[in-house]
Amino acid sequence: MFSRSDHTGFLPLDQLHRLVARLMQLGYQCLGPAVENGAIVMRELDAPDGLPRGLQAEQAAGRYGLTQDPQHRYFAWANGPQAIKPQTFASKESLWRVERDETGMLQFEAVVSDVPAQAIIGVRACDLAALALQDAHFLRDGRRDPHYARRREQLFLVAVQCAVPAATCFCASTGDGPIPTMGYDLTLSELTEGFVIEAGSDKGASVLDALHLSAATQQQIDDARQQGQAAAAVQTRSLPAHNLRDALMNRLEHPRWDEVASRCLACGNCTAVCPTCFCHAEVDAPALDGHSSQHERIWDSCFGESHGHLHGFNVRPDIRSRYRQWLTHKLATWHDQFGRSGCVGCGRCIAWCPVGIDLTEEVAALTAGEVKP
Amino acid sequence: MNAPIEHSGKPRVAVHKFSSCDGCQLAFLNLGEDLLTLAGRVDLVHFAEAGPLDPVTDVDVAFVEGSVSTPEDLERIRHVRAHSRLLIAIGACATSGGIQGLRNGVFDAQWVTQIYSHPEAIASLERSTPIASHVKVDFELWGCPVSGPQMLAVVNSLLLGVAPRDNADKVCTECKRQGYPCVMVTRGIACMGPVTRAGCGALCPSLGRDCYGCYGPAENANTGALAAQFARQGLSPQAVVQRFQSINSQAPVFLAAADKIRIQNHD
Repeated sequence: MFSRSDHTGFLPLDQLHRLVARLMQLGYQCLGPAVENGAIVMRELDAPDGLPRGLQAEQAAGRYGLTQDPQHRYFAWANGPQAIKPQTFASKESLWRVERDETGMLQFEAVVSDVPAQAIIGVRACDLAALALQDAHFLRDGRRDPHYARRREQLFLVAVQCAVPAATCFCASTGDGPIPTMGYDLTLSELTEGFVIEAGSDKGASVLDALHLSAATQQQIDDARQQGQAAAAVQTRSLPAHNLRDALMNRLEHPRWDEVASRCLACGNCTAVCPTCFCHAEVDAPALDGHSSQHERIWDSCFGESHGHLHGFNVRPDIRSRYRQWLTHKLATWHDQFGRSGCVGCGRCIAWCPVGIDLTEEVAALTAGEVKP
Repeated sequence: MNAPIEHSGKPRVAVHKFSSCDGCQLAFLNLGEDLLTLAGRVDLVHFAEAGPLDPVTDVDVAFVEGSVSTPEDLERIRHVRAHSRLLIAIGACATSGGIQGLRNGVFDAQWVTQIYSHPEAIASLERSTPIASHVKVDFELWGCPVSGPQMLAVVNSLLLGVAPRDNADKVCTECKRQGYPCVMVTRGIACMGPVTRAGCGALCPSLGRDCYGCYGPAENANTGALAAQFARQGLSPQAVVQRFQSINSQAPVFLAAADKIRIQNHD
């Protein structure tokens, strides 16, 4: 990061619109932060200078509020309720349709939707780590999901190094942030006078080249590095750095599961905002004329009833077993499946839980007294 | 309008009204073109709001709107059941007793004389009750009112010969799929979404306001945890009770939630 290379430049503050303009010129639909219903969401920018300034996202367990950034920065907000997930793993999409032809035979066809090339401006290190995990799931060898793949390959990702983490952030402890280290096309560090900008892919490098920027000075590169280190240092929440698999799997009967179940609404908000959760349900939507039907994939949650439904019974009938499933999959059995934990420390499940259940607190209570391996 | 209905071999469908506001029947009527398509696949033999009248005939499917709230309702629902192969209760009145269920437990005959100039014209049972309290119901569609797409999905499933999908998940699942930020978190308001059944498409949160529970209790509704959160948000015990005692006040899960708070506060 931020070595003095051909692909590290300095973009003055008043020229940020040139980057957006270049991406628009290349045909990208550009998504950037916007305020909707009191939160930061990613929406299409209608003009190169359409990025908002001076927003900060104050977060706590069960609370999210936008405040003014006294420094009037572009990217002082830590994150919104969603990472990149809705752009790649759509919350609802048709996979295939079936139609009855004149002879009465059923004809099946894959639904391939048109996907615009999208550039997302303002993704965070935790979002990129989560995207890598979603890739591992949806683009697995031999099980490549064509719907996800089409969107994924059209993405241009402009990352931002976090300068102002939220109180709910703990990416430093999971090793996923706050400094973006992989998975981006371009990454920005916002300083008072502008952005240190670095390319992380050939696509990114060619956009950077086209901007004809001067190189970042050593001072600017050092300032950016220090900003990232400071953003890690101020984080107050954390998860243990070691693999929690055995610690959690050895405590499947811990009384804390009952205690958390008494507070948990099983609303599934944590799974919906989690950037790595990938569960889905498949439902059929037959047309009213009885001649065709769409087969749809929708986001599902391990907190819902049908998720644990097997023929004749439900393997997770109560909230205790559902919360336990979520936490032990995310932090324990994810290791078996993907070689690492499924948590990237974005803190969304903490902020967006309506009753403020804090995953880091639950883990601490569940593993209290544990001797680290 | 009252032309004799010939049996065409298509499934015969009736839409009956009991004690209700007619809003759920409107969900049918508001289907527009879809209703015409539907009319081509079924015989709508009784649907007073739309025209056809034949309340006593045998049907394959009877949709029943409204609660049982009068002695006449009580008699008629038994008749409907006896003449219907499948009976589907639609809407909050038919599934929980509806808004008129608020009188249950507090009904006082004196009120009738105080409110109505001709109290002798009023014949009400003491309690407003859901259809399933009186006859066997094959499927319940919750909501106040039910939504058109829900109705279509049920009819479609039946026409295809499969059981309709019963989605008892929380409103939150639909809310998050649509990408609406949680209003409890951003605005600190008392949203009933986490205990309320999906089906509306998270209509109220889409407008930045709180769900008021008109689709009735979801499965595994942790009303105690939600009530505790409402109290932390600053709602008085009475205000929390009112959140649960609204459209679906008599749904057992909501009634129990309210009773628990009343007992805790010696109300």
